[in-house]
Amino acid sequence: MAKLVTDVVCPFCGTLCDDLEVSVTDDGKKILDVYNACAIGAEKFLHSQASDRITRPRMQDEDGNWKDVSYDEAVEYTAKILADAKKPLMYGWSSTNCESQAVGTQIGEVTGAIMDNTATVCHGTTLIAVQDVGIPSCTLGEVVNRADRIVFWGCNPAHAHPRHMSRYSIYPRGFFTGKGQKSRKLVVIDPRCTDTSKLADYHLQIEQGRDYELFDAFRVAFKGEKLPDTVAGIPKKTIYEVAETMKSGRFGIIFFGMGVTQSLSKNHNIDAAISVTRDLNDYSKWSIMPMRGHYNVTGSGEVWGWLHGFPFALDLSRGFARYNPGDTTSNDLLRRDEVDAVFVLGSDPGAHFPFGSVKKIWGLPSVCIDPHITPTSAVCKLHVPVAFVGVETGGCAYRMDNVPIECRKVVEPPEGMLTDEEFLKKVLTRVKELKGA
Amino acid sequence: MATVTLTPKKVPSLRLEADNITPDVFAGKSAAEIAGLHVFTGNTQELLGDYFTVAGSAGATAAETSIVIDGDASRVKYIGMKMSAGDILVKGNADMYVGAWMLGGKITVKGSIDAFAGTGMTGGEIIVDGDAGNYLGAAYRGDWRGMQGGLIRVGGNAGSDIGTFMRGGEIIIGGNTDVHVGTHQEGGRIVVKGDCKSKVGGQMVEGEIIVFGDIEVMMPGFQYRNDVDLEVDGSEATFALYEGDVGERHPKRKGDVVFGKLYLKY
Ligand code: SF4
Repeated sequence: MAKLVTDVVCPFCGTLCDDLEVSVTDDGKKILDVYNACAIGAEKFLHSQASDRITRPRMQDEDGNWKDVSYDEAVEYTAKILADAKKPLMYGWSSTNCESQAVGTQIGEVTGAIMDNTATVCHGTTLIAVQDVGIPSCTLGEVVNRADRIVFWGCNPAHAHPRHMSRYSIYPRGFFTGKGQKSRKLVVIDPRCTDTSKLADYHLQIEQGRDYELFDAFRVAFKGEKLPDTVAGIPKKTIYEVAETMKSGRFGIIFFGMGVTQSLSKNHNIDAAISVTRDLNDYSKWSIMPMRGHYNVTGSGEVWGWLHGFPFALDLSRGFARYNPGDTTSNDLLRRDEVDAVFVLGSDPGAHFPFGSVKKIWGLPSVCIDPHITPTSAVCKLHVPVAFVGVETGGCAYRMDNVPIECRKVVEPPEGMLTDEEFLKKVLTRVKELKGA
Repeated sequence: MATVTLTPKKVPSLRLEADNITPDVFAGKSAAEIAGLHVFTGNTQELLGDYFTVAGSAGATAAETSIVIDGDASRVKYIGMKMSAGDILVKGNADMYVGAWMLGGKITVKGSIDAFAGTGMTGGEIIVDGDAGNYLGAAYRGDWRGMQGGLIRVGGNAGSDIGTFMRGGEIIIGGNTDVHVGTHQEGGRIVVKGDCKSKVGGQMVEGEIIVFGDIEVMMPGFQYRNDVDLEVDGSEATFALYEGDVGERHPKRKGDVVFGKLYLKY
């Protein structure tokens, strides 16, 4: 027999779908099937059921041989490397709940750590731009019900946020958007042809690295000023035409992704995109929203925002919060040999960071807290498996539009396995003892 | 002028935060007192004397104090931060934040410097014989006030984001720059003797950018006006004047809209 758990939240991408249904065995120990999720979301649930899953912490010696250790030994090692370090880096925090992020921040306070999340290689540039020029934004609910002009800039939701288009941005019929897709005009700005661009009314196949120029050109076009014949490889006629399309909508939104946040100009691209949005509000109602990747990267920014005032690259080493991307960001610190211990939770820098940074992690005392075996767990000295947040334990997560959603526990974790929060609380207690705090 | 000489004796294991190396903090102190000032390695407080041999003594005020770092300081941050008078000579390289939020006095670096030099500075001079890193004379994150006064002169090349949100003063680069020069500039003058890559004057409101070499890709918001003869930093030449960024907001003065001016040498 099976029972059905409804209103389950998907802990995979920033869309944070909250309409999943999961069937589990009567004893609540095994997941049988996942309904309503996209392929990647369903896989996250089913992956937790893998028979070869690591269930105990393990340490590797210099020759790369792994040996199982107890959770107590793992707590001791983690607490010790953090307490001994002059400048420990505590990185990740995006695939876990806000409760764990808060406990982690306390550890960072006691040890004088650098706290950084995956925004550092993703939407951190967006956060810098928001600090520079502000942001007019909205919730995804408003997009469903009102938006008739959708711009996807440097992102490909068809693959990266698979249900975004059906739940919020292109297909759904909302209060003022009764005709669904027919009531919306879609502009895609991407140098590549993608499954998203195939749906577009306008696909501007921009030259790589010239987004800043194109944003600027739109602002010139809104003012009716003259433009060069082509900007970023786009003829000026098209730019004026798309500018008119944007101005003529009743409610528009720009969604943007890592194609603009991490290509040439970085934060300036977003700064310019926000300025475009502000200009458009002279003619109509417009908003702008980052397509956040990890399901709770937004939450880690929120937690640090309310605890220390900065959303990423938080430097607590001198007992007060400092922040300056370029100095206090993970890759700059690793590249410049500025940290002497590395702690990773809820992310995979082994896969996402430049190889030079990963090599630096390999050379330092390091711990990786992750349910999976990852490139990061392979280079860290200690690997601590934990329960899957959103599958085997609940907790709060923030959707890409800053709406907090409470995740649900669906099944029991393997016997004796700790959650992120339980493990971190033990580390916090031990770190306080070691530091005499 | 009394001179304090700091001779490096130990390479910092990580990077040293030495915001105490300024004439303002040194003023009125003996060599022993200066050696007892604190520095930080991450969360650990140490002494300036652990890393430098201190000789000489400071003058009574900042203005009467000279500091010489007789060697390499490429792992030392915050040299001359917030200084108001006096001078500092670094005979080697220096790390980030040289002269950040500086008010007056003079810093000379014989080697090269890393990023964030002259962040939000309001006065004084920073002279660098080698290269400068990114964010030279720019604003701190979220601040709308970059460099507001004083002079930065770099003999070599500079990185990206030179003079972001600059509102006054002058930056002169002897060599080339990376992308983003004078983004959001609202005053002051940036002179580049070499080439700029692209994104020059993006979102610029007011002020001047003068480029002797080439700009690989111009911003679409700049429009050619006319040719002008100018004398810049001792050399005379004919420049094409562009105004922009027309996409950005601009103030009106005496009935005319004021734009940022971009001069490009023929
Ligand atoms: S779109 Fe994202 S949140 Fe929704 S089911 Fe797919 S992976 Fe999960």
